[in-house]
Amino acid sequence: MTRPGAGTTARDEPPRTGKGPRRQTGRHVMLAGIALLWLVPLLWAVYTSLRPYSDTAKHGYLSWPRSLSLGNFTDAWQQSGMPHFFWNSVLITVPAVLGTLLFSAAVAFFVSRFDFRWNIVLLMLFTAGNLLPAQVLITPLYRLYLLIPLPPWMSDSLLLYNSVWGIIAIHIAYQSGFCTFVLSNYMKTIPKEISEAALVDGAQVWRQFFQIVLPLCRPAFAALATLESIWIYNDFFWPLALIETGDKRPVTSALANLQGQYFTNPNLIAAGALMTAIPTLLVYFALQRQFISGLTIGSGKG
Amino acid sequence: MSSTPVTPAAPGTPDVPRRPRTHPPRRPRRLGPGDRLFLTVAIGIPLAALLFFVWLPALASLGLSFTTWDGIDLADIHWIGLDNYQQIFTNYPPFWPAVRHNVIWLLFTALLPTPFGIFLAYQLDRKIRFTRVYQTAIFLPMVLSLAVVGFIWEIIYNPDTGLLNGLLSAAGSSHHIDWLGNADLNLWAVLVASGWRHTGYIMILYLAGLKGFDPALKEAAALDGANGRQTFLRVVFPAMKPVNIIILVVTVMESLRAFDIVYVLGGGVGSKPGMELLSLLITDNIIGESSHIGYGSALAVVLLLVSLAAIGTFLVQTFRKEDR
Repeated sequence: MTRPGAGTTARDEPPRTGKGPRRQTGRHVMLAGIALLWLVPLLWAVYTSLRPYSDTAKHGYLSWPRSLSLGNFTDAWQQSGMPHFFWNSVLITVPAVLGTLLFSAAVAFFVSRFDFRWNIVLLMLFTAGNLLPAQVLITPLYRLYLLIPLPPWMSDSLLLYNSVWGIIAIHIAYQSGFCTFVLSNYMKTIPKEISEAALVDGAQVWRQFFQIVLPLCRPAFAALATLESIWIYNDFFWPLALIETGDKRPVTSALANLQGQYFTNPNLIAAGALMTAIPTLLVYFALQRQFISGLTIGSGKG
Repeated sequence: MSSTPVTPAAPGTPDVPRRPRTHPPRRPRRLGPGDRLFLTVAIGIPLAALLFFVWLPALASLGLSFTTWDGIDLADIHWIGLDNYQQIFTNYPPFWPAVRHNVIWLLFTALLPTPFGIFLAYQLDRKIRFTRVYQTAIFLPMVLSLAVVGFIWEIIYNPDTGLLNGLLSAAGSSHHIDWLGNADLNLWAVLVASGWRHTGYIMILYLAGLKGFDPALKEAAALDGANGRQTFLRVVFPAMKPVNIIILVVTVMESLRAFDIVYVLGGGVGSKPGMELLSLLITDNIIGESSHIGYGSALAVVLLLVSLAAIGTFLVQTFRKEDR
């Protein structure tokens, strides 16, 4: 990745023709307009969520507020058991992200640092796996999950089906394609001489992996961890298909429950939907740079 | 890539030192047994997980597409050859509408949000103030889950309480439009919501590509008297080929895979008239009371084959350079 500063020095001097400032103003007006337009749906959701249902029922949604409060948020939080669903999301997202990173780091290390015959095939297998539409996998996966027993301490259904482990497993298997692709590109930029020197010094391969290559990949890990956390947290489809009981679902899928339960109260649904988005928004604002570089160093995500 | 300039050292075969020994051999020693064990485990577990959870189901879907099965008892799987496919193509009413909608989805996305995202990236790739603010606002929808995006648009499109009808009636129109219920409108309503998200994605991808663009090329074009549009179309755009390919693949894949947003905006009950998509038809057939697994799988294979065209293009473009 080239640093942004590298290319931006000379090219945007005000043009010699003298129409520079006006064009900049025009551009700002246009961009600000578009940006505002893009925020309208989100702002509308925020506005709706802040208004009591009684107010909107009486005066309509497109009206000036008589009062604004966080009541819908506290209601959604308490009535629909959101803390529980958030906890489910944590239980799925954290191990899935860590597992994905570990698995894909191992595969990327293998294909980028050793000249074996099947490297390209292996890399393609992983990358293409991530591009398969989820619906192509779902029926056999569902049957597989019904066939695989788990001990009682792992799943009260005694099956991979209807257990958090099953969701973690498919996330890891599916997402490691993308991360392998990104990490192998990244590892190729690490000079081979570094690990060869270590080899001459007698370091074993596992030490090269854990003590040399992994620490050098820290920026890529940061980017991928941010990106994958948001993707896995946001995922909707796997839990919907592979978890039968609603109370084991992560918060994103559980939104559907909320919709069913409180269909008549859009204010409450808006509050619930916004609340599920808060963690991703926080992660995004805190780690914006990592997020974007994760998206763009690989860019293979379909 | 390979450290040996003569032959790309047929990997896997033992390294017989046929080369003149002017240089010390690059591999000081072969991998020891411990190394081999470590590598086997490190590659074996992820590979096993990938094959078991992803590729095995994909192949099984292919197999099931030639059968008829209600999804309950494994003994009830019956081989029926190509019947499912024949049925789908000739005698399954929602199939061709779904194909048409997927094509509309692709064309819409490729013709509006994608170029618009590129345009925005080109505008933002200058030293202007607030560029970060603009970027964040336009990219923000990408951070939200498709389910949340669905709910947000639900409160815009709702015929009774939504923003859109509210604005329309405030503007004096007495039309009461059921945006998501009207089979002629709902696909477009969903496409607007999806485009809202897609634009920011493309913008960020293209912006990253532009950061690596050699400004000298642009200056040369300016010296040759090219105006802004000519510079972009003749110089910048062609030079951005790798990013363009990624954007093409992303656009095609997102259009084929579209599911969540339609599912939520359709009320979470499978496909609705006017909003049939391949991904939803598959779900219709494999989930629910009377599941037609063979049928759903055949639909999935159709989707897979179309996707493979995009996946193949991407893989060939990506790996061609390395495979030399």
